[in-house]
Amino acid sequence: MIYLDDAFRVKVGLAEMLKGGVIMDVTNAQQALIAEKAGAAAVMALERVPADIRKEGGVARMAPISKIREIMATVTIPVMAKARIGHFMEARVLEALEVDYIDESEVLTPADEEHHIDKRGFKVPFVCGARNLGEALRRIAEGAAMIRTKGEAGSGNIVEAVRHIRTIVKEMRQLTVLGSEELVAESKRLQAPLELVQVVAKTGKLPVPNFSAGGIATPADAALVMQLGAEAVFVGSGIFKSDDPDARARAIVKAATYYKDPAKLLEASEELGIGMHGLDLSKLAESELLQTRGW
Amino acid sequence: MPTIGVLALQGDFEAHQRVLQELGCSAPQVRAAKDLPQLDALVIPGGESTTMLKLLRLEDLLEPLRQFGLAKPIFGTCAGTILLASEVTRPEQESLALMDLTVERNAYGRQVHSQVTRIPYEGGELEAVFIRAPVIRRAGPGVQVLSEFQGTPVLVSEGRHLAATFHPELTADRRVHRLFLDRI
Repeated sequence: MIYLDDAFRVKVGLAEMLKGGVIMDVTNAQQALIAEKAGAAAVMALERVPADIRKEGGVARMAPISKIREIMATVTIPVMAKARIGHFMEARVLEALEVDYIDESEVLTPADEEHHIDKRGFKVPFVCGARNLGEALRRIAEGAAMIRTKGEAGSGNIVEAVRHIRTIVKEMRQLTVLGSEELVAESKRLQAPLELVQVVAKTGKLPVPNFSAGGIATPADAALVMQLGAEAVFVGSGIFKSDDPDARARAIVKAATYYKDPAKLLEASEELGIGMHGLDLSKLAESELLQTRGW
Repeated sequence: MPTIGVLALQGDFEAHQRVLQELGCSAPQVRAAKDLPQLDALVIPGGESTTMLKLLRLEDLLEPLRQFGLAKPIFGTCAGTILLASEVTRPEQESLALMDLTVERNAYGRQVHSQVTRIPYEGGELEAVFIRAPVIRRAGPGVQVLSEFQGTPVLVSEGRHLAATFHPELTADRRVHRLFLDRI
């Protein structure tokens, strides 16, 4: 089983270290420094935050190497970067650059409409998005060492992240009460390898850390998805598209630690103004959704 | 049954909790100074030391932890070792200064240089998981080196405290955690 060998344990190991933390999207060294000073556990280097990708359109690719290098040279926390779905050569370039994690991300324009990257042959670990358990387990079977809910990136709207984490947690719980022959049928329904389905049935958890992303804009949003079972959060547009990036970054870091403590959340939220504007997702056409990229 | 708190600001605190519970300890998560008095000992887990330090300052926890460490044992792994050290380099940062160590952060390089390996221990071997690990560049005269890897100490003790630059909480071998429990 690939998810038990030493190389895979090292990849999952870094994800373990990020638990209880906040991974922040940044587009330059200055933002990366703000993120690190606020207490981010890692930063995600990208060309444009999802809200801008959504607004400006065009093809969204891996960030320029000079930008990623600049960010890597500025902060001491782990630096992640995004590659397009299926674009294994963008991933190889990022691996050669020695970024600490690659996000094979639906936020960028997919490069392959049939195949995700075969992540098992890489030394660098990957995180992938998922909306449900089947998708999460397919990504783990391909070698992902961390799963994050997709949510709806760049929307500032938590509703999809909530839907996805609730779905994954509920589907995992359901597996724990099934008999062995029922798990075989579930494996077919989930389109996921039986051995991974069996691991989830036994433990009630994914064999890799399970984080949340896509629409987190406030400390309360971060606390909500963590209460629902997320082990850490990714915040994209929510910080640098708000009027108060410094304070908001600090507040969300505090919320990820004290997510069970309403008094601390109140403290964290006290100095914040209005968050990013955000989108009513029921008004968006299906073709405008990012979460339906990947399968 | 000893009560060993696990500092749960950020990082792999749940992995430590699982190990300690398996060894018969009560292992509450610690996020505030008021959680400290009822503990017999404390574990500072792996994670991002900058994030932990930020929250330690924000929550006024640095001084209470220092005071705790003057009276009771602390076990640090990876980021925990960085926080226990008297001097931190690359870059310099504040720490609890409870052990006479100089620790260099991320000294093996980035994640692609992380590894699972075997280190010498008690005449045999111990599996060690290094994740963006620090290196102990200097250990003071009062520090006992319990294991070395590539010429630098990776498991050390001083007085009541224990520190590892790797992650015993991510393996099935319980000897390092038992060693810590023996000091309580």
